[in-house]
Amino acid sequence: MTAPAGTTIDAVVDHVDVVADQVVSLVLRRVDGRPFQPWQPGAHIDVHVGDGLVRQYSLCSSPEELDHLRIGVLHVPDSRGGSKAVHALLAGFQLAISEPRNNFPLRESRRYLFLAGGIGITPLMPMIEAAERAGKEWTLIYGGRSRGTMAFARQLEDRYGTDRIRIFAEDEVGRLDLDSILGMPRAHMLVYACGPGGLLNAVEERCMGWPPGVLHTERFVASTLGAAAANAPFEVELARTGSTIAVPNDKTILEAVEGIGVRVLSSCRGGLCGTCETRIISGEPEHRDAVLTEEDREAGGIMLVCVSRAAAGCPRLVLDL
Amino acid sequence: MTATTHEANVLGDDPFATENLLDPYPFLGRLREAGAVSYLESTGSYAVAGYEEVYEVLTDFETYISSGGLGPRDIRKDSGWRPPSILESDPPIHTVMRRALTGVINPGTVRALRQPFTPPAVELAEQLARRDRFDAVTDLAEKYPLRVFPDAVGISDGGREHLLPYGNMVFNAFGPENYIFKQAFAQEDEHAAAVMRNCQRENLDDTGFGAQIWDRVNEGIITEQQATLLVRALLSAGVDTTIFGIGNTLSVLVRHPQAWARLRENPKLAKFAVDESLRLESPFQKFHRTVAVDTVLGGVHLPAGAKVLVFLGAANRDPRKWGDNADEFDLDRNASGHVAFGMGLHQCVGQPIARLEMEIILQQLAERVAAIEPDGAPVPILHNVLRGFESLPVRITGA
Repeated sequence: MTAPAGTTIDAVVDHVDVVADQVVSLVLRRVDGRPFQPWQPGAHIDVHVGDGLVRQYSLCSSPEELDHLRIGVLHVPDSRGGSKAVHALLAGFQLAISEPRNNFPLRESRRYLFLAGGIGITPLMPMIEAAERAGKEWTLIYGGRSRGTMAFARQLEDRYGTDRIRIFAEDEVGRLDLDSILGMPRAHMLVYACGPGGLLNAVEERCMGWPPGVLHTERFVASTLGAAAANAPFEVELARTGSTIAVPNDKTILEAVEGIGVRVLSSCRGGLCGTCETRIISGEPEHRDAVLTEEDREAGGIMLVCVSRAAAGCPRLVLDL
Repeated sequence: MTATTHEANVLGDDPFATENLLDPYPFLGRLREAGAVSYLESTGSYAVAGYEEVYEVLTDFETYISSGGLGPRDIRKDSGWRPPSILESDPPIHTVMRRALTGVINPGTVRALRQPFTPPAVELAEQLARRDRFDAVTDLAEKYPLRVFPDAVGISDGGREHLLPYGNMVFNAFGPENYIFKQAFAQEDEHAAAVMRNCQRENLDDTGFGAQIWDRVNEGIITEQQATLLVRALLSAGVDTTIFGIGNTLSVLVRHPQAWARLRENPKLAKFAVDESLRLESPFQKFHRTVAVDTVLGGVHLPAGAKVLVFLGAANRDPRKWGDNADEFDLDRNASGHVAFGMGLHQCVGQPIARLEMEIILQQLAERVAAIEPDGAPVPILHNVLRGFESLPVRITGA
């Protein structure tokens, strides 16, 4: 159960650690001393940083320990004040936060490639822990400007070893060689990438030749370090059927539509074959398939309902179903 | 994963024996029941027939590779009868070729085909509806794709007669070099040369898929040889399979008059009728993959280099996936996930074109034909890997 959006919890800063240049880690506890609600890797919390500012920060503590939450915060000098306000927090300060919410869930797979750019390491830490606990094959590729700016790098190496934690500091080895990291599609491997937009764009481009659905990204909007809604719930109105259904974050449009008995032809259910192409009457989709061309996407009239969703900020799609 | 392995169940049946080709389902049922992975003495290959294992082999493209060829021989050691196609390639070569193809065949370009594909279907359906009886294979299924598809690719009228014999060679070569293979290859050089000529840029019109594939050469995405091979892939994979798809769909529908009546009432059901028919009577029944590294599947150890015969047509009738009525046609069934077009990286790139052709011709026929029923026994075709009919006589009542 998640608390309704808008409900806040009073939390207190238990302690603050400087974990890298310009990066602090904050450990938060509930003021009432109760445990936090269970959460899954990839989750974030809203932090009310004062003056009406709300920022999202990914959790980098262990979901096994619910007596506290930890977030990592990069100080961005030109930001609109969120990170600055958080950096000003000291142990004992109180602040309002939300219960953990997850727009970036870790899906079941046999292998994982985790790809972090800078502070993007935070949501990947609980994912790595979960993958390790489940005995999965995984690797972390972690790039940053220099080791000194890369939070938790040493800690991760010590815990998991340098075979699977591969640190690429730009001042030592240059930029991440994404071509060699992602050049060869792998079977049954999901890619979870989090970091600045430039890195994620480059990752997306290289993953074009992978089976669709393998790449999961969480974008830090540069100015706020807030996470884009990777898998937010939304509504779909079925114009011909005459009903409106909710699409929760763990279901596809196709699954939701089939759930009320409306037939949609589909085949691969992974954005590869194009069979479930559906006409959009209104609303803006976020295309996640490997089939539609740029022209089709720009024209905006169709989407593949097996993988694509509503765009961030579009609460409702109206489909010709 | 547990490390416990056991020996594959050894089966003496030959999947390429004439009786198993003409009526595959009794054998496929035995094969599914024999265990997750069997070893076929007759072919010296492993076999998977359950949905779960077939899906696994199709989607784990690293363990079960395609560059060993889709036939029983490993073409990495023993070169094949022709330069390897996209079907016989793995990433990263496959990735480049696939991207070139999906740039050309995608929902937008296929949508544009509805308009040119419709009038020939109307004409053919009108002509057939005036008759009392016709052969749904020779008068319909073989006519329609040959009429519209080569135009979409953009090949000239001369040489189209080689497409069916060439497709027959390509697909029969996914099985052993038996008498069926030898018959298909009797005039190999003539057919292969004619089709290769059709794939050259200068022999393609300027607007079809063929020319668009060649545009990728100018963009530096693929080589000239790859362009030739991709056009060849379209021509060899895009005709026979669609013919069989139409024939097989009608072979099912003539036995289900109620489904035909519903189709006439609601033409939107046509695509679902096609999909369920493809599940039940899958045109492309089986092909081989090659094991790249020692692995375990369904508790059976598979050594690197082994060939696995993948029975798509059996997976599509697996009761564990489709329920107790897996062997029956059910227009209301959600057939999504069937593997008639394959699955994973190599899933048929022409799938939307084939589906479009099948939907259009079925809708046009259903509009004009009130009832359709068998007019004598259908004649199954003798083919190593495709399932279909040489002849499907039907009797109709005009609308």
